Amino acid sequence: MAEGWIRADGLKQALRADVMIDGPAASAPGLALTAPISFWGGVDPKTGRIADVRHPQHGASIAGTVLMLPGTIGSSSASAVLLELIHKGLAPAAIVMHEADAILLLGALVAREMGWPHPAAFRLDASHYPSLDGKLLHAA
Amino acid sequence: MSLALTAQELAMAAGAQGEGAAMAMRLVCDSARLLGAQSLVPIASAHIDGALYHGDSGTYFAERLRDLGAEASVRATLNVGAIDLTGCSGNRLPEHERAMAKRLMRAYLAIGCEPTWTCSPYQAGHRPQLGTDVAWGESNAVVFCNSVLGARTNRYGDYLDIACAIAGRAPRTGLHLSENRMARFVFDLSGLPRAIFADESFWPVLGSLYGRRAGSEIGVIEGVPAHPGEDALKAFGAAAASTGGVGLFHMAGITPEAPDTASILELGATERMTVTAADVAEQKTRLATVAGASRIDAVAIGSPHLSLEECRRLAALIAGRKVCVPFYACTGRHVLKDLETSGLRAALEACGITIVADTCVVVTPIMAELAGGVMMTNSGKFAQYAPGNTGYGVLFGSMAECVESAIAARPVFAGALHG
Repeated sequence: MAEGWIRADGLKQALRADVMIDGPAASAPGLALTAPISFWGGVDPKTGRIADVRHPQHGASIAGTVLMLPGTIGSSSASAVLLELIHKGLAPAAIVMHEADAILLLGALVAREMGWPHPAAFRLDASHYPSLDGKLLHAA
Repeated sequence: MSLALTAQELAMAAGAQGEGAAMAMRLVCDSARLLGAQSLVPIASAHIDGALYHGDSGTYFAERLRDLGAEASVRATLNVGAIDLTGCSGNRLPEHERAMAKRLMRAYLAIGCEPTWTCSPYQAGHRPQLGTDVAWGESNAVVFCNSVLGARTNRYGDYLDIACAIAGRAPRTGLHLSENRMARFVFDLSGLPRAIFADESFWPVLGSLYGRRAGSEIGVIEGVPAHPGEDALKAFGAAAASTGGVGLFHMAGITPEAPDTASILELGATERMTVTAADVAEQKTRLATVAGASRIDAVAIGSPHLSLEECRRLAALIAGRKVCVPFYACTGRHVLKDLETSGLRAALEACGITIVADTCVVVTPIMAELAGGVMMTNSGKFAQYAPGNTGYGVLFGSMAECVESAIAARPVFAGALHG
């Protein structure tokens, strides 16, 4: 897997992260989810907001963020929701996961086949997420 | 440890069988790499969950595959869509969504999938043999396929299912490999009273309990006195897959890979979960979100889709009486044919029942929009998803209790588990 990096604005040191899916470099605010999420039913594909009322970040928008996911709950339609977000321009600017979720990331792979601009996906240990939350992040 | 492809697979990815097949093969290979698979496995069939409308992008994807000449290379049945194409029931989808949902369904047919439109494909003649590799979507179908039929599939998500069907290949990983199909814990039912196994509503309740405890681990259920019948296993598996990430369970002496506990339990696995009658009763209470409701506004059954046998039972329970609230019986067109020739459809409709085919009330807006509405069901899966997807609160009861409640327009409970 290719090597990428994620750096908080103003800091010199960058964190190394595996590139799971190649995509454009992103400079965007970091949003670290504090609980796993099911994209289907958990993220509104019409708005990009977290729709699961039981999720601690209910109401937050994932659109245009460097989205850090501690885990995903395996709905088999997660890929459809990510593809729809990408198509509507409401996808995260980059996706960072603790481990690869092939179901969710398939949404980005399908977007690539469709020729639609899609976010890159990185693998980074979840222990880094709290220090990156809310900061302007550069990911490439 | 990179993905090794055969000459034929490489040729397909490069376009030897057309651009549509190439796109599908690339998606299968990309997923295989993400999953860390080292090769692909040929599949015998697929069950496709991607034809349910979630937004326009899914329609554009299916139409792209069609326009590029993609064709399913193995038998591919279709799960429910958003529209009842048989015309048995209507729905409240807005015009744009309805049109896009129809286009989506048509595109999958043009790719060569069968218009089964059911979440019980295994009762519609699609039954892969023991040990065969397949690529199935729809959580309850996946569980049934793995557990009851003993065919091998992972839980294929939207778009990978159709890509596998076209490529005729799936990533060789997960439940395709024998070593990953062993049980890691025992789910012990030997302490339950024997009579409980004959109560039809026991099975979806037990499934919900099993799913909560199992998460995504594989367990072997021990202590089931006799084969409960396929409809019971269907209800159990669907409920288990709605409360946990269950893709495969074993039932000692009942399911084909578990002649007994010892032969399927992983070496060294010691975890044993003992189930008591109190656990079962507690789980049954959990399935209701509006316990104590004094009226009901609708009844919905048929998740997974009702078998012909279940429809016959429904007719026998109603016995010609009229229901006083909307009553939705969801089934597939494979059953509808028999319902029509036997006169059962007319008989059920005369009692006020709405047959829903090709789709179901939890995936598309069929039920009236009703703030604070109360729905009763005998399905563990409906009980799990109806509050979020329909806005209705849920009461859980047996099919007999659902029927009596629909006739009385208020909850009527008489079940053995309840009393």
